[in-house]
Amino acid sequence: MRVPVSWLREYVALPAEATARELAEKLISLGLEVETVEEVGADVTGPIVVGRVLTIEELTGFKKPIRFCTVDVGDANGTGEPQGIVCGARNFAEGDLVVVSLPGAVLPGGFAISARKTYGRISAGMICSASELGLWEDHEGIIVLPEGFAEPGADAGELLGLRDSVLDIAVTPDRGYALSMRGVAREAAAAYGVEFTDPADLPVPETTGGGYPATVADPAICSRYVLRGVTGFDPAAPTPPWMRRRLHLCGVRSISLAVDVTNYVMLELGQPLHAWDRATLRGPIEVRLARQGEKLETLDHVVRALDPDDILITDESGPINLAGVMGGLSTEISDTSTDILVEAAHFAETHIARTSRRHQLSSESSRRFERGVDSAVQLAAATRAVGLLAELGGATVEDGITHIDLSVPREPITVAVGHTGRVAGVDYPVETEIARLRQVGCEVVRNGDTLSVTPPSWRPDLTDPNDLAEEVIRNEGYENIPAIPPRAPAGRGLTHGQRLRRAVGRTLAARGFHEVLNYPFVGERDLDALQLEADDRRRTTVRLANPLNDDEPLLRTTLLPGLLKTLVRNVGRGFGDVALFEMGLVYHPRPGAPAKAPILAVDRGPTAEERAALEAALPEQPRHVGAVLAGQRLRSGWWGGGQDATWADAIQTAREAASVAGVELVVRAAQHAPWHPGRCAALYLAGAEDEAAVGYAGELHPRVVKAYGLPPRTAALEIDWGRIEAAARPATAPRVSTYPVATQDVALVVDESVPAAEVEAALREGAGELLESIRLFDVYTGAQIGEGRKSLAYALRLRADDRTLTAEETNRIRDAAVAAAAERTGAVLRG
Amino acid sequence: MSAPNNSYDPVEVNALHPDEVARMRQEALDAIARASSLEELKEVRIAHAGDRSPLALANREIGALPPAARADAGRRVGGARREISEALKARQAQLEDERDARVLVEEAVDVTLPYDRIPHGSRHPLTTIGERMADIFVGMGFEIAEGPEVEAEWYNFDALNFLPDHPARTMQDTFFVAGPNGGESGMVLRTHTSPVQVRAMLDRELPVYVVVPGRTFRTDELDATHSPVFHQLEGLVVDEGITLAHLRGAIQVFVEQMFGEGLRTRMRPSYFPFTEPSAEVDMECFVCRGASVGNPDAPCRTCSSEGWIEIGGCGVVNPRVLVAAGVDTERYSGWAFGLGIERTLMFARGVKDMHDMVEGDVRFTAAFGMEM
Repeated sequence: MRVPVSWLREYVALPAEATARELAEKLISLGLEVETVEEVGADVTGPIVVGRVLTIEELTGFKKPIRFCTVDVGDANGTGEPQGIVCGARNFAEGDLVVVSLPGAVLPGGFAISARKTYGRISAGMICSASELGLWEDHEGIIVLPEGFAEPGADAGELLGLRDSVLDIAVTPDRGYALSMRGVAREAAAAYGVEFTDPADLPVPETTGGGYPATVADPAICSRYVLRGVTGFDPAAPTPPWMRRRLHLCGVRSISLAVDVTNYVMLELGQPLHAWDRATLRGPIEVRLARQGEKLETLDHVVRALDPDDILITDESGPINLAGVMGGLSTEISDTSTDILVEAAHFAETHIARTSRRHQLSSESSRRFERGVDSAVQLAAATRAVGLLAELGGATVEDGITHIDLSVPREPITVAVGHTGRVAGVDYPVETEIARLRQVGCEVVRNGDTLSVTPPSWRPDLTDPNDLAEEVIRNEGYENIPAIPPRAPAGRGLTHGQRLRRAVGRTLAARGFHEVLNYPFVGERDLDALQLEADDRRRTTVRLANPLNDDEPLLRTTLLPGLLKTLVRNVGRGFGDVALFEMGLVYHPRPGAPAKAPILAVDRGPTAEERAALEAALPEQPRHVGAVLAGQRLRSGWWGGGQDATWADAIQTAREAASVAGVELVVRAAQHAPWHPGRCAALYLAGAEDEAAVGYAGELHPRVVKAYGLPPRTAALEIDWGRIEAAARPATAPRVSTYPVATQDVALVVDESVPAAEVEAALREGAGELLESIRLFDVYTGAQIGEGRKSLAYALRLRADDRTLTAEETNRIRDAAVAAAAERTGAVLRG
Repeated sequence: MSAPNNSYDPVEVNALHPDEVARMRQEALDAIARASSLEELKEVRIAHAGDRSPLALANREIGALPPAARADAGRRVGGARREISEALKARQAQLEDERDARVLVEEAVDVTLPYDRIPHGSRHPLTTIGERMADIFVGMGFEIAEGPEVEAEWYNFDALNFLPDHPARTMQDTFFVAGPNGGESGMVLRTHTSPVQVRAMLDRELPVYVVVPGRTFRTDELDATHSPVFHQLEGLVVDEGITLAHLRGAIQVFVEQMFGEGLRTRMRPSYFPFTEPSAEVDMECFVCRGASVGNPDAPCRTCSSEGWIEIGGCGVVNPRVLVAAGVDTERYSGWAFGLGIERTLMFARGVKDMHDMVEGDVRFTAAFGMEM
C-alpha cells in the first residue's frame, strides 16, 4: 500500500513538523512495515506556476507545427508582463489555464529551464505536460487545468501536490484494514495520539430500498450487498488533477473518471467497488455460486471456465462478474456510459482467496477481500462513489438504494483481566488494557475479572484473546517489554547421533574433503547419467508438483548427482585436485504408502493412529554421507611425486567415516551403478553382512565419467549414515598388555581372484586370540609366482597379556594362521 | 695379594723413574691436545691410555720395585694415568661438541619450503555457523530437535494455524509434492522449520525447550539474496508462565554471545499465523553500533547505515497451535522464533552473494575452516 502523506493528513491531525521518516518509524513500531519513504518531487525546484494562455501564434516553415504563446503568469515572473513561450503541443487554446515552468526552474531528471532562442523566438519558460512534471503518466500533451483552478501566478507545484512523501507499506495478511488510507490514518492517529477523522463517516440515507433489483443466494458467500446508481454521467468528463495525482502516487493508472472514482474510493476506504454500464445489464442481479460448465470472459480478455466454488454476480444473461476478483468484459464501463451502477459488497474471504488462486488472478480487489474488508462500510463506500460521480461527472444520484444486509452481529470475545500482562510479562493496569482496546475501535465491557470485547467491523482478524493482547502491547510499545533470560531445566545437550554427525564432518574435512550443500532437485537425466537400471530403487522418486526447473522435478535418492556436478564446476574453475563431501537427506517413497497424507483436525491434538497415518504417507528420508574425489589425492612437489585419488581412497574414506561412530565395515566386491563393475565395493556392517549393504564405494564407471564430464578415474562413495548411527555402540576398553610383542611376517600366494579380505579373515581366525593386529604390507604379482597368482605379505603382531610369548608359541600361531589360510583360500606360503 | 718380589731388574724399572713418568704424561697430554678429530683422539687413546701404552706397561713394572718404592711409583703412575684419562674425556667432549655443531649446520634446511602434500578440507560455513547458533541455545539448556524435510501439510500449515485459504498460506511459495496421477499428496517441502515445533510438542514431555536447525524450501529463484533451499534455526519454548519478556531475554542472550556484549535488540510488531502476538527482531549493528546513522562520512556496509539489522521473526505461540499439538493452554504458554542461517552468515561474515553459499566452490568453503 502506497500512502501519500498529504492525503493521510486529511484524516489525521499530524503535527505540522512531523516528518515522513518519523511517521514511518512510528508506524513501524506499531506493526505497519514501512519499506520505503519516497520523497517525490524533491528534485523539482524553482518557479512552477499557473498561467493563462493569452495569445497563440502558429509558426510556419518548420518541420513540425510550432506555436509561440504569450502567457499571463501574474507576478510570478517579477514583471507582471506576459511571458513568451514556444510550445510544440496543440491540445490547448487561448484562455486555457496551464502550468508554466519559468526560467530557473528544474524539472525531474535535472532538466533546467532557461530563456533561450528557438524557432526564431525567445522562449522564456515551458508550458508543461504531466509527465514532464512527474505528476502522472500522460501522453495527451500539456495539462489544461480546469477553469477556476487558481489565478495566474499561483504556485502550481503546491496546488498539484508536486512534492509529497509516499510511504510504501508491506501490509501483513492480518491487517487488511491497512490497505486503505482510512486504516493507515487510524494507526497514524494512534501513533501520535491525535484526532482521527473517519472518511467513512459520511451521511448515508437512513432508509434504503427501491434500488436495482438484486438477491443474494447464500449469506455464507456475501454478507452485505449494496448497489447505488447514477444517471446522466458525462463520459467525457476528465478526472480532476488532484485525483489523478493521488492515484498516480498510489501506483494506480488513470483510466476514465468512472473507473478512477471506484479505485479512488477503494484506496480511501479499503472497499473494492465495481461499476457497470447500466445499459448492458439484463434484469435482476443475483449473487450466487457458479454452476458447472459456466464461463465468463473477464476484463483481461480471458474466457474463464468457472468452478462451482467461485462466487458470481449474474443477471439474466448469465455471469457478469467474477465476484470480488474481476469484472466481466460484456458489462464494462465504456467511453459512452452515462448510467452507471456501483456495487459495494462484502464477499467471503476464503471463497475469494480460492477463486483468485484457482484462476491465478490477483487483483487489487481480491487482495483486499482475501484479507478481509470492513463488513459495515459498503453503504458509505457506494454513497461516496456516486457522490463523486455526481460532483465530478455531472451525474444525478438515484434515490433508490439496494442494501441487502445478511450480516450477523459479532460475538464478543471474553478475556480475563490481566491476560495481556501474562502474555507480555509486563503488568498493565486494567484501565490501560481497556483504553488501548477502545483506541483500536473495540467496544469493551468489564464484568468483574473478565472483559467482554467486541472488535470493530474493520478488524476481522481480532478473534482470540491473544489478538487483543497484541493490540494492547503494540500500542503500549514493544520496546517497553523487558528482556528476562528464560530458565530452562537442565538440558541433555546434543544426542549421540548429533555429536557423531559433527564428528564425521570434521573427520572428512580433516581428510581433505570440502563440505558442499547441494540442492536436492534432480531430473531423469541425472539418473540416466548414473547408468541406473530401470528397476533400480533410486529411480523410484518423490516428484514435485511445481518444480522450479522442469528438468529437475524429482527429489534426490542419492547424493551423487549433486556432488558430481559440483565437482565438475570446481574442475571447470581450475581446481582439478578436488575432494568433496555432503551429508544430507535423500528421499524414497515409502512402499505401500497411502495416496495422500491426511489433513488432521486442529481443534485438538492428533491421536497416535492419526500421527502414524501421517508418518506412513511421508517418504523415507534417510541421511546419507557421500563423497567424490578426483585428481591428485597427495600432491607432487619438491619432495617427490604425488598420488592420484583412486577407488581405494573412496573405500578407505567410507571405512574411516564409519569408524567415527566406532562401526566397522566389511568390504565385498560388487557390481553396482554408478561404479566401475570391477572397482566397486559393497560395504556391510560387520556382523550384519547378510543385511543390505549400507553403502558403496570405488571408482566410477567410465560411462558415468563421460556422461557427467568428470576427470578420468573419479572415485565416489555413498553410505546410509542413519544405519551407521544406529549401529554405533559404546566402545569398551581393550586390555593393554605391556608384555613384549612378537612379530611374524608371512607372504602367501593365492589365486588373483581370491579377495585379500578373505585371506586376512582366515589368518585372523587361524591365529586366534593372541593375534593383536594384522596388517597387509605388500601385494606382489609377477613371473616369480606365476601367471594368475598374487602374493600377499602380512605382518602379524602377537602378544599375550600374561606372559612373554616363546619362539615356539609364535611359530605355532603363525603355522596355524597359515594353515587356516591354506585351507580356506588355497594360500601357499611363499618360498 | 702378590708374592713379595725380591729379585728386580734395575733396567726395567727405569720406566718408573719420576722423570720418565713425567715425560710419558707430558707426551700423552700433548698428543691429546693435538688430536683434531674424534678419529685421531681414538688413536691417541690407544697409544697413550691403551693396554699397550707406555704408562700401562710401566704400571705393570711397579710390582718389580722394592716394596718401599712401590707406593711412591704407584702414586706417580696412577696420577699420570688419571690425568690423561680426564684429558681424554674432556677432549672427547670438546670434539663431539665441535662435530655436532658442524653436522647441525650441515643439516640445516630451508624451512620456508611449502609442504602442502596432503590437502586440507573444510566444513561448510552454513553448517558451522548453524552449529554455533544452536550451541548458544544448548548452553541455555535447550535441546536440538529435528524433523523431516518432506513434510505433511498438516504439520507445515494446518497445525500452525495457516488456515486453508488464508493468504499467509500462499505467501510462502510452497513446493508441493505431486500425488499419484497428478492429484494432491498432502505433502510439501517444508517451507520453514516450524513444523518441528508441533512435532516437538507431540514427541516430548513438557516443558519443551528446543532449537531446530534445518533445511527449508520455497519456490524462489536463486539470486544474490534468495535461494529455493535455505536454512533456518527455529526456537520453541513451552512452559508454565512463559512471556514475551522471556523471548526477548533469550534473543538478547543469543545476540550478545554471537555478536558482542552490550548490543541492543528491538522487537517490532509483525504477523505470523503461528504466533500471536508476533514480532520481527532487530539487533543493533555489531559493526558500527549505530554510528553510521545519518553520518554519510562513515557509512556502514553491514547495516546499510540503518543502525539495526533484522535477524528474524518471533512471537508468543498462538494458543491455537498449542491446541492442535494437544497442549493444555490453561496451564502452558510458549514462544517461538525463527532465524535465517544464510542471512546470519551473510551479515556476520560479509558474504555478498547467495551463489557463493550454494555453488560449492572450494575456495569459498575452505576460507571458513572447520569451526565458526
